[in-house]
Amino acid sequence: MASSTLPLRDRAPSEASESVVPLRHYGRHAGGAVALVCLGGVLWSFGKNPNLDWPTIGAYLFKDLTLQGLWTTVWLTVVAMAIGLAGGVLVAVMRLSGNPVLRGVSSLYVWVFRGTPLLVQIIFWGFLGAFYKNTMIGIPFTHITFYSTPTSTLVDATTAALLALGLNEIAYASEIIRAGIQAVDRGQTEAAQALGMTPVLTMRRIVLPQAMRSIIPPLGNEVVTMLKSTALVSVIAGHDLLSNLQDVYAQNYKVIPLLVVASLWYLVLSSLLSLPQSWLERRFGGAR
Amino acid sequence: MSAVSSSSAVSEMSEMGEPMVVAEGVHKRYGSVEVLRGVDLTVRRGEVCCLLGPSGSGKSTFLRCVNRLERADGGSISVDGEPVGFRRRHGRRHELREKEVAAARRDIGMVFQRFNLFPHLTAAENIMEAPVRVKGVGRDEARQRAARLLDRVGLADKADSRPAQLSGGQQQRVAIARALAMDPKLMLFDEPTSALDPELVGEVLDVMRGLAEDGMTMIVVTHEIGFAREVADTTVFLDGGVVVESGPPAEVLTAPRQERTRAFLAKVL
Repeated sequence: MASSTLPLRDRAPSEASESVVPLRHYGRHAGGAVALVCLGGVLWSFGKNPNLDWPTIGAYLFKDLTLQGLWTTVWLTVVAMAIGLAGGVLVAVMRLSGNPVLRGVSSLYVWVFRGTPLLVQIIFWGFLGAFYKNTMIGIPFTHITFYSTPTSTLVDATTAALLALGLNEIAYASEIIRAGIQAVDRGQTEAAQALGMTPVLTMRRIVLPQAMRSIIPPLGNEVVTMLKSTALVSVIAGHDLLSNLQDVYAQNYKVIPLLVVASLWYLVLSSLLSLPQSWLERRFGGAR
Repeated sequence: MSAVSSSSAVSEMSEMGEPMVVAEGVHKRYGSVEVLRGVDLTVRRGEVCCLLGPSGSGKSTFLRCVNRLERADGGSISVDGEPVGFRRRHGRRHELREKEVAAARRDIGMVFQRFNLFPHLTAAENIMEAPVRVKGVGRDEARQRAARLLDRVGLADKADSRPAQLSGGQQQRVAIARALAMDPKLMLFDEPTSALDPELVGEVLDVMRGLAEDGMTMIVVTHEIGFAREVADTTVFLDGGVVVESGPPAEVLTAPRQERTRAFLAKVL
């Protein structure tokens, strides 16, 4: 008690030379131990379960049917994302335009496609042939027809899957892009305009490159989400990874092992997708 | 006759050239607020015109009408004989397309209070952007020109710096160089030193002083009374959306005739 009444300068030298005992985080150690025990328990019960059937997993992991489905899943993801991006830019620009009709139409689009379940949209496109029996090109209000074909042959399961995923993605991508454009400071547009840049040039050279910073992280998430959403097209037999493996377990009833095969591949793909995203974030994130 | 029109004040200065900016009865309203209520102003070639006035007096709005960042609701502004935002044909005024407005802005440089440099480009790229993309100047030529302009504003060693790596004063000097790269015949300054730390104001004013000495036509919205007194040919005092008083700084700043000017100067000096 006596030392605390001493003037500060008198006790300073001794305190500086004292060693410090770091704070012990006993709570953290305990929490970590509990988590490890739980994880170990889950893995042990999972691994020792004979129904997991490792030989089946191994047999189907690189089977042609699996790899074909995997390929369909990959290109569905890529093409649906491309449709989503291109359409998303268009819808975002419409939504920000001075034309009230374009603004209204784009809002309606986003409202419909974000407001209904993707699964419903996939089934709708899958059964398009039941809604429009024939697809034809001709002159409206006349009987002149240049081309006509049954819708179900024109829009097969894979095309329907692509339409459903792509059109749905446009709605989400457009909102991400719109928010990114709006996040760019108004002064940037004014400075570009004051230099004599046209609206299109200003958007392309000044606004969009800066908007990329806030667009890329959520768009990367969209790609991973899309990868997993392609599994939904199994309801219309879209020949994707899950569809093909479902066909197999419908025959041999090895449901869980084949779902593990699918999950392993989805994990591999989504892990690979995170690599370009961090590169892009560095590329466009260096602005400030 | 409460206000002395600037054109009569400037006409006494015979060394000045023909009119560069002529504004007549400029009106602008935002909803129910009338920001400009008939601004008349003439700025001659080679003249430095400082706009003073309390905040909300319409100085910045007027400046932004000159290069049509704001669209005036009434009256007319012409720059170098060309009406801003319109084309006269068969006795009527036809509004210009955005592309045509953009083309007209090439010759009018503007410097903003918040600099508004492009953060994703380096200092040199900021300066090169408009000459290359708008005027079609070659990249090498534009790069050399950018280097000379950076040298002129005292930042020769900052060509490859991003705006975020520069101080406020340095950013504003790059912004001036960026505007000069388009070879403007008129420069608009919208409170160029208001966002700067006090010790950085001088370096920006020095660059502006140099521009004035080179004969650049300038309209400067500012609160720097000292700068106006020293550099301006004409000082214009705005209040309530109209020109209250204008004339050489020696008159307006030293012996103002209007009570409102006197009251404003008493507060800021």
